[in-house]
Amino acid sequence: MTTRPFRVLIGKPGLDGHDRGAKFVSRALRDAGFEVVYTGIRRTPEEIAAAAVQEDVDAVGLSLLSGAHNELFPAVIAALEKAGGGDIPVFGGGVIPAEDIPGLKRAGIRSVFTPGTPVKDIIASVTALCQAQAAKV
Amino acid sequence: MRTPADIIAGILARNPRAVGRAISLVENGDPRAGEILAALEDSRVAAATILGITGPGGAGKSTLTGQLIGHYRALGRRIGVVAVDPSSPISGGALLGDRVRMMAHATDENVVVRSMATRGRIGGLCAAAGAAVRIMALAGCDPVIIETVGVGQAEIDVVRLADLTALVMAPGLGDDIQAMKAGLVELADILVVNKGDHPAAEALMLEMTPVARERGRALVRTVATEGKGIAELADTATALAAAQRASGEQARRRQRNREAEAVDWAVELLRPAIRAAIHSAGPGCDPRATARAALADLLGRPSESLPTLSEAAFKPIIPISPIVESVEAAHGCCSATHA
Ligand SMILES: Nc1nc2c(ncn2[C@@H]2O[C@H](COP(=O)(O)OP(=O)(O)OP(=O)(O)O)[C@@H](O)[C@H]2O)c(=O)[nH]1
Ligand SMILES: [Mg+2]
Repeated sequence: MTTRPFRVLIGKPGLDGHDRGAKFVSRALRDAGFEVVYTGIRRTPEEIAAAAVQEDVDAVGLSLLSGAHNELFPAVIAALEKAGGGDIPVFGGGVIPAEDIPGLKRAGIRSVFTPGTPVKDIIASVTALCQAQAAKV
Repeated sequence: MRTPADIIAGILARNPRAVGRAISLVENGDPRAGEILAALEDSRVAAATILGITGPGGAGKSTLTGQLIGHYRALGRRIGVVAVDPSSPISGGALLGDRVRMMAHATDENVVVRSMATRGRIGGLCAAAGAAVRIMALAGCDPVIIETVGVGQAEIDVVRLADLTALVMAPGLGDDIQAMKAGLVELADILVVNKGDHPAAEALMLEMTPVARERGRALVRTVATEGKGIAELADTATALAAAQRASGEQARRRQRNREAEAVDWAVELLRPAIRAAIHSAGPGCDPRATARAALADLLGRPSESLPTLSEAAFKPIIPISPIVESVEAAHGCCSATHA
């Protein structure tokens, strides 16, 4: 297959209305050549999962500032599984304490970014996730 | 779900993963796309109505589309939406944001939405938009809505893909609308003045009323954010689609559109050979003469048999046959506004 842009869906589960982080990452990914489906704030895990499957994305990114990441990130993974998209890699970002990261990884979140993560690291990591996913198709 | 046969079976079974995957394979030019495209010669695709929604950036196309989804769902219809946003010419990336305004229906399995980037195409759609629409129709969606990028004067690809095109305008986008008067305003079947709640909406209605009357086009005023005028818009589209079907206009348009798309693909397929012929002929002073000589060479025909340059230079855009009679028959008048 010829090279094509990777497709990523960015979702904000939960109740907080601050989408600066989600929009920042969306723009950074766009500027790095990704096609980014943005879904807006306050989405349920089921909405994010259904959209990700319909959009046939290579990865799903979640942004959360409310502190409910330990509940909501795994809920998105479960919803994706149920929607037939259990193979789609999920990454997440937000104000996430370091001690929560191992648990999130065990729950299946492939990469976790915090406010201190340099943009180029985010892009490199998401690129690697997408490459691995695209190679499966 | 890797073989074309599995994917086609999945589309017919309305599996969202299969629909999404099929669209990607076509969009990415995967070798498996050919078999999927062949499966689109189907009565379900022929029967579905394709509704184009176009207009300048920010006019309210996505909000209106979100409302139309709600309207058609209330009627029990299964609906597809292909929403196109521009790719950045610099990075090749894109922010696909139309879906934000349609998320109210995200978990409804009878609402199929796909966001697509133009990937370098300049006519307001992406190259795979036609295939995406037809894949949704094969998956049982009817109607299928196609939302273009925010357009100016020249992005008229949608007119060639859709059975019916609604041009969405809004107050406060004055220059864009003036520019469109020599393009989309002439080609669209339905003129929509959205943001009808805006103080300047009345002036835009007054401006568009004679335009609509002259051309026998329907004019609908909407407030997409409040769901006002949506039923009128949908009913207008339904009546027009029925009239076009009955009169044979829809079949004529589709035939014309398929031919035009085939011409485009033929030119695309020829492009590498043309480029090679021109390159090997060396740079002439006059690019037009070089083109003529290269093409004559390529076709193995004397250059006198090719059209003259003046013939080639002035091609009409898209000959649209007027459907004035059917509009009036369907409508009784050319203007519908919500109370
Ligand atoms: N006041 C008012 N605002 C509206 C109406 N319809 C849409 N809007 C607002 O206009 C803005 C743009 O709406 P969209 O639906 O995204 O417009 P669009 O034409 O899809 O935009 P692009 O896809 O970027 O070209 C949003 O902030 C909407 O909430 C309306 O009827 N009245
Ligand atoms: Mg839009």
